[in-house]
Amino acid sequence: MKFKKTKKGTSRRGFLKNGLSIGIGAATTSGVFSSCSPNEKRESGEKVRVMTTDGKLVEIDASQVQESSQLVSNAEARKGDPNKEYVMVIDLAKCRNARKCIDVCQRMHNLPTEDEWIKVFYMKDGEDTAPYWFPKPCFHCNSPSCVNVCPVGATFKRLDGLVLIDNERCIGCKFCMAACPYSSRVFNWRENTRDDQVTDHHGAIESGTPQKVGTVGKCDFCPDMARMGKLPGCIDACPNGVLYYGDKNEDLVSNGTETVRFSELIYERAGYRYMEELGTRPSVYYLPPVNRSFDPEIGFKDLPDEIRKRYDISRSEIKKETR
Amino acid sequence: MKLDTSTVNALKRYAPQLETASLLEKILFWIMIIFVLAGFPALFIQHFEGHYVTGMRDNVFWGVYIVNFIFYIGISYAGALISGILYLLNVEWRKPIIRIAEMITVISTILGPIYILLCMGRLDRLHHLVLYGRIQSPITWDVIAITTYLVGSIIFLYLATIQDFAILRDWKGLKVGKWRHPLYRFFAVSYQDTPRQRKLVHRGMTIMSIIIIPLAVIVHSVLSWIFGMTLRPGWHSTIFAPYFVVAAVFSGTGVLIVAMWVYRKLYKLEDIITEKHFKYLGIILLVLGALYGYFTFAEYLTNWYGSEKWELELIYKLFDLSEFGWMFIFAAFVGVLLPIIIIAVPYFRSINSITFASFVVVIAMWIKRYIIIIPTLETPLLPMQESRIEYIHYSMTWIEWILTISGLAVFCLFFYLYSKFVPIIPVSESSSLVKNPEEELETNQDTHHDKDKI
Repeated sequence: MKFKKTKKGTSRRGFLKNGLSIGIGAATTSGVFSSCSPNEKRESGEKVRVMTTDGKLVEIDASQVQESSQLVSNAEARKGDPNKEYVMVIDLAKCRNARKCIDVCQRMHNLPTEDEWIKVFYMKDGEDTAPYWFPKPCFHCNSPSCVNVCPVGATFKRLDGLVLIDNERCIGCKFCMAACPYSSRVFNWRENTRDDQVTDHHGAIESGTPQKVGTVGKCDFCPDMARMGKLPGCIDACPNGVLYYGDKNEDLVSNGTETVRFSELIYERAGYRYMEELGTRPSVYYLPPVNRSFDPEIGFKDLPDEIRKRYDISRSEIKKETR
Repeated sequence: MKLDTSTVNALKRYAPQLETASLLEKILFWIMIIFVLAGFPALFIQHFEGHYVTGMRDNVFWGVYIVNFIFYIGISYAGALISGILYLLNVEWRKPIIRIAEMITVISTILGPIYILLCMGRLDRLHHLVLYGRIQSPITWDVIAITTYLVGSIIFLYLATIQDFAILRDWKGLKVGKWRHPLYRFFAVSYQDTPRQRKLVHRGMTIMSIIIIPLAVIVHSVLSWIFGMTLRPGWHSTIFAPYFVVAAVFSGTGVLIVAMWVYRKLYKLEDIITEKHFKYLGIILLVLGALYGYFTFAEYLTNWYGSEKWELELIYKLFDLSEFGWMFIFAAFVGVLLPIIIIAVPYFRSINSITFASFVVVIAMWIKRYIIIIPTLETPLLPMQESRIEYIHYSMTWIEWILTISGLAVFCLFFYLYSKFVPIIPVSESSSLVKNPEEELETNQDTHHDKDKI
C-alpha cells in the first residue's frame, strides 16, 4: 500500500469532502502507523476516529490520517480483476452464532445495527432434522437475478465474480431486493444514525462506504480489503474460523488461521451451494454441519433480548409449520 | 362552424354543469381539496426523513404505494379496453359513457406512476433511468410501456373531444368565465366540422382505438412481470400477465360503473345514462368477474395442490383468518360472487345494486393487489430472523394512509374539474339523445314509474 503525503493545510473538512479517496495508514493494534512518520508533522489537535483493519476503533490525530491516491476509479471498480474468481466457504459445523462477523461488518461499513450484510439464521429444515446455524453473506451469484433486473446498472457483476452496488447511481427502486431470493439486500431507510461512525472511506464502490440514504446496500466481499491483500472483515473476526475466503483460480481459501485447497475442502467435506435449484449459481459454498464443534443451543446463550426474540418467533413458526 | 338545433338543444341541456356548481358539488370539492392538501405535509415528511417514516422495511420493502400503483393502472383499463373495444364494434350505447371511461384512463395513468415515484428511494436520480437505462430490466419495460400508453390515451381522449371543443367555441350561449374561451379555441385547433375534418378525426379515433387495446394489454402484462420475473412464492407464476390483465379490466369496469352512477346523480343525467348502460356494463362485469374468479381458482389451486414449501407457507397465511384470511375471502369470494349474483339474478338487478356490486368489486380489487404484494414479501425463502420483530409484519403508517387517501382525492378532483371544463357526455356524439324540452317532459313522466328497475 502506498500513501501519498498529505498536502500541508488540508483541513479535515476538505479531507471529508474528497473522502472517497481517503485511506488511512494501516493502524495495527500496537498503534504503529507504518506508513507515516509522526515526527515530521505537527499534531493538529483534532481527533478523528478510524477503524483498523481488524475492526477496532481508534482515535488518532487528524494529521495522522493520510490521503491515499484514489484506490480505484469507478470504471475499474466496475470491471474487477479478470484473473480472479472470489469464493467463500462456510463451515456450518463450526458456527455457534457468535455474531462477531455481523458486528465487524457493521462497523467496517458504518451500518446501523438494524442493517446486517451478513446474517446468521437458525435453520431447521424439517420436523425431525437437526437445527444448525447458517451464516449468510451475499452469495455473489454467477447468474445474479438482482443484476438482471436493475434498471440503471447500479448493481453489476464483475469479472472477478463480485456483485457490487454503485450507490451513487442506485435510484432506490428496490427491484433488486425483490429479485434476490436470499434476502441479501438491505435498504438504507434513513440517514445513518450510528454514533460510532468511522471516517475512513477507501473508495466509493469497492468499500461500500458511505452508505447513502434511499439506496440499496449489501455484502460486497470487501474488495477494498482484497486490494490491500487482506481478508474481508468477517473472516478475520470469526472466533471459530467458520468463514473461508479466497480465489477459486488459485484454488486456495483461508479463514485467517489456516489456508486450504478449495477443491479439496469441498470434495472432502461434501461442500454444496445453498438452493442450487434456483439456478443462481452462488459463489458461496457450505460445508454440512457434521461432527459439530458446538451444540446449536449454545448459540442462544448471551444473546441480547431483542435478537433472541427474533429467533424465538421464528422458532415458534417453524414448529407451527411442521406440526 | 354551424350548430344544428339538436346540438344546441344538447348544449342547453349540458351547459349548467359547466356554468354553475351546486351546493353539494361545492362541499365535495372542498373536501377533496382538503384531502389533497393533507397529502403535502406527508409528502414533505417522507421526502426529508427518508422512507423510514413508512411501514416498509427490509423484508416488506414494497408497501401500499405499489398496491396503489397497480390499482390505478388497473382501473385505467376502463377507457382503454371498454371504450376502445366498444368504439371498434361501433356499439351505439357507448356514446354517453365513452368520455367518462377515457377520463378514468388518462387520470389514473397519470396518478399510478406517481405512486411508483413515492416508492423510489432516490427521486433526485430519476434521470438515471434515461442516462443509464438498461433494456433488460422489467422496470425499463414498464417505463416505456406506461409512457406510450399515457400518450396514447391522451390522444384518444383528445381526438374524442375535439368536436366538443369546437362546439363550445362556437356556441354563443355559453355563460362561463372569459378565460375559458381562448382555451376552447386553442384545443379546437380550427376544427370546422368539414366532411374532411370529420373523416380525419374519425379515422384517427379508429386507429387509436386499435392501438390502445394492445397497449393496455402490454402495460399490465409488463407490470405483472415486475413480480412474475422474481423467484418469490406467489409471484413467480406464468399466468401472472393474463391474470393481471383480467383483474385490471374487471376493476376498470367497476370504477366506470361507479363513476357513471356518481355523474348521473351529480348532473342529473338520468335520461342520458340509463338502466340500459348499467345493465350492459353489468353483464360485461359479470363475464369479467367469472373470468377473474377462474384465474384466481386456477392460480391458488395449483399452488396449494402442488404444495411446494414456500407456496404452501404463503397460502396458509392467506387462509389464516388471523393474518390475511378476511382479505382473501373478500377479494376472492365476496368480490367475485357478489357481483355475479347481483347481476345474474334479474330480481336483484337495479341501477343501485349494480353500482353497489361494482363498488364492492373496486374495493375487492384493491385488497387483491394488497394480498398479492404484502403476504409474498412477508414470506421470504429464508426465515425472517434478521429483522426486528416489529418489522416482520407490514402495517401502513399514517403517512402512507394520508398519501393513499389524497391520491384518491386527486383522482376525484381531476375528474371533477375536467367535467367542469368539458361536458361529461360527448355533445357531438350524443346530441340525438337529448330530446326537445317539450318532449322531454312527457317521457320523464313515463319513465318515472319504473325508474331504477330493469
